[in-house]
Amino acid sequence: MSAAIEGTFGGAGRRSLALPVTGLWRNGLLAAGTWLLASAVTYGLPDVITWGATELFAIVTLLGAAFFLVLSVTVHRLGGLGRTLVHYGPWFIVLGLWLAIWEVLTAKLGWLPKPFFSPPQGLLHVYVTDWERLLICVAYTGRLWGLGFFSGILVGFAGGVALGWSKRFAYWGMPLLKLIGPVPASAWIPCTFFLFPTTFHASIFLVALASGIPVAILTAAGVGQVNRSFYDVARTLGASNRFLIFKVAIPASLPNVFVGVFMGLYYSFAVLVVAEMLGAKFGLGWYLQFNTAYSAYANVYAALIIMALICAGLVRLLFVVRDRLLGWQKGIL
Amino acid sequence: MALAPAENAVANSIALDIEGVTHHYDLDGRNLQVLDDVSLVIEPGEFVALLGPSGCGKSTLLRLAAGLETPTVGNVLEDGLPIAAPNPDRILVFQDATLFPWRTVRDNVAIGLEARGLIREREYRIDEVLKLVKLEGFADVYPHQLSGGMAQRAALARALVNDPKLLLLDEPFGKLDSLTRLRMQNELLDLWKSAGFTALLVTHDVEEALLLADRVIVLSDRPASIVAEVRVDRPHPRRRDDAGLVALRRELLEKLGISHDV
Repeated sequence: MSAAIEGTFGGAGRRSLALPVTGLWRNGLLAAGTWLLASAVTYGLPDVITWGATELFAIVTLLGAAFFLVLSVTVHRLGGLGRTLVHYGPWFIVLGLWLAIWEVLTAKLGWLPKPFFSPPQGLLHVYVTDWERLLICVAYTGRLWGLGFFSGILVGFAGGVALGWSKRFAYWGMPLLKLIGPVPASAWIPCTFFLFPTTFHASIFLVALASGIPVAILTAAGVGQVNRSFYDVARTLGASNRFLIFKVAIPASLPNVFVGVFMGLYYSFAVLVVAEMLGAKFGLGWYLQFNTAYSAYANVYAALIIMALICAGLVRLLFVVRDRLLGWQKGIL
Repeated sequence: MALAPAENAVANSIALDIEGVTHHYDLDGRNLQVLDDVSLVIEPGEFVALLGPSGCGKSTLLRLAAGLETPTVGNVLEDGLPIAAPNPDRILVFQDATLFPWRTVRDNVAIGLEARGLIREREYRIDEVLKLVKLEGFADVYPHQLSGGMAQRAALARALVNDPKLLLLDEPFGKLDSLTRLRMQNELLDLWKSAGFTALLVTHDVEEALLLADRVIVLSDRPASIVAEVRVDRPHPRRRDDAGLVALRRELLEKLGISHDV
């Protein structure tokens, strides 16, 4: 503990001394301090119960501290990446603190007991020992999610355009959509078992349904809200119906479509666990259930973190796609 | 002066005949009559202004001429043939520029050519009309980056690129500030003279009608019918303090039911 205190105070002391030097990243130093604290706590204090990767975790956090220490001097030379890092500086500080507190509450004091909670080294242990199986699970889930999500948003988008464009389509389709929309995914399982040749197809259907419905609803709303005079203008300029749909209605409703796709992305992740209940042999959802059944909660947390990171990454990617397609909105919003 | 554009009228303009047109709208089951037995003959290459109170049905007349709607009673004829559907020969320019926000100025102007599959052959026209409306430097800009006057110019360019024979203008300068409006009025006049199309302008601005048109048609309140018709035989450019125009202005205001003191 004393080493940790020294670490943080040392960091603070150096900061105040070095402050006049240009280009020193203060938050980087503080982050190095908190990460060093986490490392010192992990290594210096005895565990209540033994966990596999205590020393490894201490090393990892120590490396993190060293990383931030180096960055605190060099970050201003890294250009765009450096600016991003600086932006998230406070997060890095809090992350180190969070790791230290988590460590103390679980492994060191045992206030949050096994098996319901796991210290960070417990999760690290899962990654170190079970990474092969996790990777396979990620791949299986990726296949299921990719097929389900993309087919879902494709069908949802096409259906939404039809619903928004054609009165007759909307007359029959909208009530159905509103009825189907709120039905939880697990309620479909009996039907899907009967309707689809394999459980894999049934799972794809569940993911597609979860991601397709918000896309359909928002696309329909978007197409329905297009300013009528856009159609008038296009028609006087000689536009056919086809042109009105593809060059007016769809581009005009694209901002709405993206809201639907974002919602679909979240729903599709939420439904993965249910979808992988259907006789899957691998997959993150399956992994979660399997380990919950065995009370291996460290594995559950480890898999959850992976899922959350993948989902966040995909959201990020979707933002990039959206900004590319909807660049014209810059300055309007 | 009215004869000048008539020289090349054969190719560039059309005659518009409105024969006994009465029009109703169905608003939430309520029948609303907007036009009452309107008859009007517009010569090829003529510039006609429709003057009337707001909401009297002037815009409906333009929508009928554009082919966006068909009249409940009566006929709207283009060179003697009934107008059944929109056609890029007759283009409507709205009060709002209604540029497509997801397209650059150039791509907005290109819409008519794209829609008719003429973009390859006539792409060069886009730069020509952009130059004509003085927007050549703004081709790759998005509409929300334009000022009101520039947006309205882009809308004009979007119409002109199709070489319309009839330009239907629905209070095109109604939302512009007064200086921009004056400038745009002159520009429109120049375009009309050089391109030779027939122009039908809806406005509630008496001066605008007198400055631009060969003939001013005064419409009554809803349901609109023709109250008066005034020929403006003054050469362009017209001055708004021209004694003849001032007299005409007084006459028109009277016809619109506004007293002398205004």
